[in-house]
Amino acid sequence: MTIKTVKDAINDALVQSFEEDKNVILMGEDIAGGKGREQYQGTQDAWGGPFGVTQGLYTKFGGERVRDTTIAEAGFFGAAIGAAMTGLRPIVELMYVDFAGVCFDQMMNQAAKVRYMFGGKQKVPMVVRTVVGAGFRAGSEHSQTLYSLYTHIPGLKVVAPYDAYDAKGLLLSSIKDDDPVIFMEHKRLYMTSCEVPDDLKPIPLGKGRIRKEGSDVTIIAIQRMNLFAEEAADELEKINISCEIVDPRTYSPLDEELIFQSVKKTGKVIVVDESNPKCSLASEISSLISEKCFSDLKAAVIKITAPHTPVPFSPPMEDFYIPSTKKIIDAVKKLKDV
Amino acid sequence: MIEKEKINWIYKKIFTIRFFEERIKKIAKEKTVPGYLHTCIGSEAICVGVMAALNQDDWISSTYRNHGHAIAKGCELNEITSEIYGRKTGICKGRGGSMHISDFSKGMLGSFGIVAAGPAVVLGAALQEKINKSNKTCVSFFGDGAIHNGAFHEAAGLAKLWDIPMIFVCENNGYAEATATDWHLNTKELSDITKAYDMLSYIGDGNNVFEVYDISKKAINEAKQKNTPIFLEFKNYRFSGQYEGDTQLYQPQEEIDKAKQNDPIKLAKENSSKYDLNKNDLEKIINEAKEEVDKAFDFADTQPWPQPEDALEEVYVNYPVEINR
Ligand SMILES: Cc1ncc(C[n+]2csc(CCOP(=O)(O)OP(=O)(O)O)c2C)c(N)n1
Ligand SMILES: [Mg+2]
Repeated sequence: MTIKTVKDAINDALVQSFEEDKNVILMGEDIAGGKGREQYQGTQDAWGGPFGVTQGLYTKFGGERVRDTTIAEAGFFGAAIGAAMTGLRPIVELMYVDFAGVCFDQMMNQAAKVRYMFGGKQKVPMVVRTVVGAGFRAGSEHSQTLYSLYTHIPGLKVVAPYDAYDAKGLLLSSIKDDDPVIFMEHKRLYMTSCEVPDDLKPIPLGKGRIRKEGSDVTIIAIQRMNLFAEEAADELEKINISCEIVDPRTYSPLDEELIFQSVKKTGKVIVVDESNPKCSLASEISSLISEKCFSDLKAAVIKITAPHTPVPFSPPMEDFYIPSTKKIIDAVKKLKDV
Repeated sequence: MIEKEKINWIYKKIFTIRFFEERIKKIAKEKTVPGYLHTCIGSEAICVGVMAALNQDDWISSTYRNHGHAIAKGCELNEITSEIYGRKTGICKGRGGSMHISDFSKGMLGSFGIVAAGPAVVLGAALQEKINKSNKTCVSFFGDGAIHNGAFHEAAGLAKLWDIPMIFVCENNGYAEATATDWHLNTKELSDITKAYDMLSYIGDGNNVFEVYDISKKAINEAKQKNTPIFLEFKNYRFSGQYEGDTQLYQPQEEIDKAKQNDPIKLAKENSSKYDLNKNDLEKIINEAKEEVDKAFDFADTQPWPQPEDALEEVYVNYPVEINR
């Protein structure tokens, strides 16, 4: 057993995948860094991406497999698709998910549709690693989550781990997976840590996880929102309210069974999502529950989300934008009295 | 001959930007302000030289590295600083932050965080000028890294096809993040990229503010006369890291030392006598610039924070239901 940060757990999963399969390659902007200045000591792997997640890979595996790119996302995303169709297992880094716009066509119209549209004869085993999330004072164009943007598209799989254990296990699976996977890493979680076994097996996509068992209210928490759900549950425990926390971990496919079981048990549900509310994971999960578990529900599902605004820069406004522990506690109390 | 007033303006702005960015570096180290900070030490001459050729109501776009453009374009120093501090009286009411300093009333269409987002927006402004038969100059600022992005190429192609007299200003500062320009370029000169669009281009020394001014002024006239876009490449050096906190390990010391010999501030000082600026005048301008910067930071520090609920305002011009969640 070792304690690992999410950042290191992801690096470990990348290294392991590179070692296990020579077809795994990585492409992105400054994923090594220092391109053109390799002759200077200490400049190889100068960056490892803006958060240092891929540091060391270039030195270990070389520039043929760890490829710095120009600022040409449409180009190298498209290249990943062709490389995947013909035998490689490319991982591409989208530095911030907010840049999805400049290369969304590649994911929406090519990666997602190649298999279906061309008669099921081809596959696109690629992974998009990307950074999401508010709370970094990074402003409107570097703070979104956009989970539902990709989840909406048939043909794409979507993964958003909360802790280091899940990050490693799910990334190992994502790289082995034969479909295009969007692997979303939350910038505010990189430095959080937990125990991660050195020989952790890949965690199958489509399997959620009960983070805390409870009987009164179900809190379904998406990625970083698990942090607030856990804080709220601890607080509520003190006044004898028992919360069950469900972390779906993957959103396409979604572990509906796990969610429904919990709903059957408590009959009261809160979904917490850091994204904008319209057509979000929160609204999707809430609608599934209303449709499939209507008779189990003792109250309407409560959604706690960001408002329908871009992410503001200034701390008081950004803190208001992000769902909070207090909002969860208030919602649970409201449901408890039903 | 440049008129005296303009020379004073140029000197004042170039020092203001340098002092401002040095102050930003300081607060970044002290970690007293939130968020990402991208400074433009080494770009002062490009910001000021191009802007000296523009009127205040001419249109520009900028990027996340925008402080110098904003200052040169005439945005209020207090409001810029307040924005970086995240305060309510900031130039974008605290909603944008350092990466998005913009003031439409000063001709700034916007500072965009997405690489290469600016040129096409400026193309649109220039199209509007053409359709309305008005004559404002339209300039898009972007970096060497941006020329690899499709959005730049699409804007360039349309600008040429539509005979739009806009100015593309590419600041070739030697790096795109941690990637050296001499590695990422696939043409001999960066501006060779325009050959594909049969677009006029000029290369200038981005460290020499008067050369930048001269080239910009001529290019603006030529673009309007010939009804054609023009691409300007100004070569300089990014003394700042990609962002404050960047270790800059990939920028070798010899390279930095060499670049320092052509530091735009150093050159401006050396050239001052050529422009009839005596020691006292120069001293006076420098002190004024310093004082104004200091005042702006003092101002920002005392400004009120926005209310949390201010986050809900101005998402739309008009929206029939309240945004209440
Ligand atoms: C579409 C997009 N991809 C990646 C980034 C991340 N990024 C921000 S700045 C930058 C480098 C830009 O370099 P350059 O154009 O030379 O401008 P400079 O920073 O040198 O002024 C990159 C890759 C981004 N903002 N937008
Ligand atoms: Mg550059």
